[in-house]
Amino acid sequence: MWNYERRLQFPVNIKDSNADLAQVIISQYGGPDGEMGASMRYLSQRYACPYREVSAILTDIGTEELAHLEMVATIVHQLTKDLSMDEIEASGFRNYYVDHTVGIWPQAAGGVPFNACEFQSKGDIITDLMEDMAAEQKARTTYDNILRLIHDSDVCEPIRFLRQREVVHFQRFGEALRIVQDNLNSKNFYAFNPGFDCDECSGKK
Amino acid sequence: MNTHFSNEQQKLLHDIGILDFIVVELTEFLDTHPTDKNAIEYFNHYNRMSNQAKKEYSKKFGPLTVALASETDCTGWDWATLPMPWEGGCA
Repeated sequence: MWNYERRLQFPVNIKDSNADLAQVIISQYGGPDGEMGASMRYLSQRYACPYREVSAILTDIGTEELAHLEMVATIVHQLTKDLSMDEIEASGFRNYYVDHTVGIWPQAAGGVPFNACEFQSKGDIITDLMEDMAAEQKARTTYDNILRLIHDSDVCEPIRFLRQREVVHFQRFGEALRIVQDNLNSKNFYAFNPGFDCDECSGKK
Repeated sequence: MNTHFSNEQQKLLHDIGILDFIVVELTEFLDTHPTDKNAIEYFNHYNRMSNQAKKEYSKKFGPLTVALASETDCTGWDWATLPMPWEGGCA
C-alpha cells in the first residue's frame, strides 16, 4: 500500500506563467518517456521478478516516480494557472485548453494521450530491466531537450533535479541486472526465464 | 515563495527535503547493496533525523502524513484545510 506525504520531493515555486513551456513539459507527465509510464512500468514489473532485492528497487524507484509525476504536474499547474485568455489564444496551449481548460491530463507534448503501450511488463526480468535502463536514458534525453527550451530558473531547477534522478536510477537498474545475472549461468543467461521456468534458480526455494 | 509560510516553516520544510532525499537515495542504494554496513549506518542516522524533523514540523505546522496527524498542536482537521504541495511554498 501507499501513504501520501503532503509535500513535494523537490520544491517547485514558479512565479511567471508560460503556456508554451507547459505544453512541452506535460510530455513528462503523460508522454512516451514520462513519469506516468515510468511509475506504472516499474510497479507493474515487480510481481514477476523472482529476486527480492530487484523487486525492492522496482518498488522504491516506482514509488519515487510517483513523486516525480506530482512534481511535473505541479510545474505544469504553476505555469498555467494564471494564464489570461489572451495568452492562451496566442500560444500553442489553446489546443490543450479546449479539452482540459487548465486541468492536468496525461498526454505527450504533441497531444497524444497516455497509453499503456508506452511501457512493457514482459514477465522476464532480464527483458524488463533492459527496458528500464533504456527508459531512464530516454527520460534523461527528454529532460535535456526540455532544459534547452527553458529560460526561467524557477522551472530549470526542478527539471534539473528530475534529470539527475534518471541518471541515478539508470545506475541502480544496471546493478539490479548484475544481481539477476549473478544468479544465472554466465554461459547462457537466456537458458530460461528465472521468473517462469525454474523456481530452484530463483533463490525463492 | 508562498506567503502563507513563515520563515521557520520554510526552513524546516527545506531541511526535511534534504534529509528525506538522503533517505530515498540510501534506500535505493541499499536495495542493490543490502550488505553494505556503512550505508546502513548512514541510512539509520539520516532516517532518524528525517523522522524527527517530520514529527517536529507536523507538531508545529500541521501534519505531513496521516500517521503524524495526531501529533499536531493545531486544532481542526488540518490534513484537509492546509495548502496543498502544488500551491507552492515548499522550501
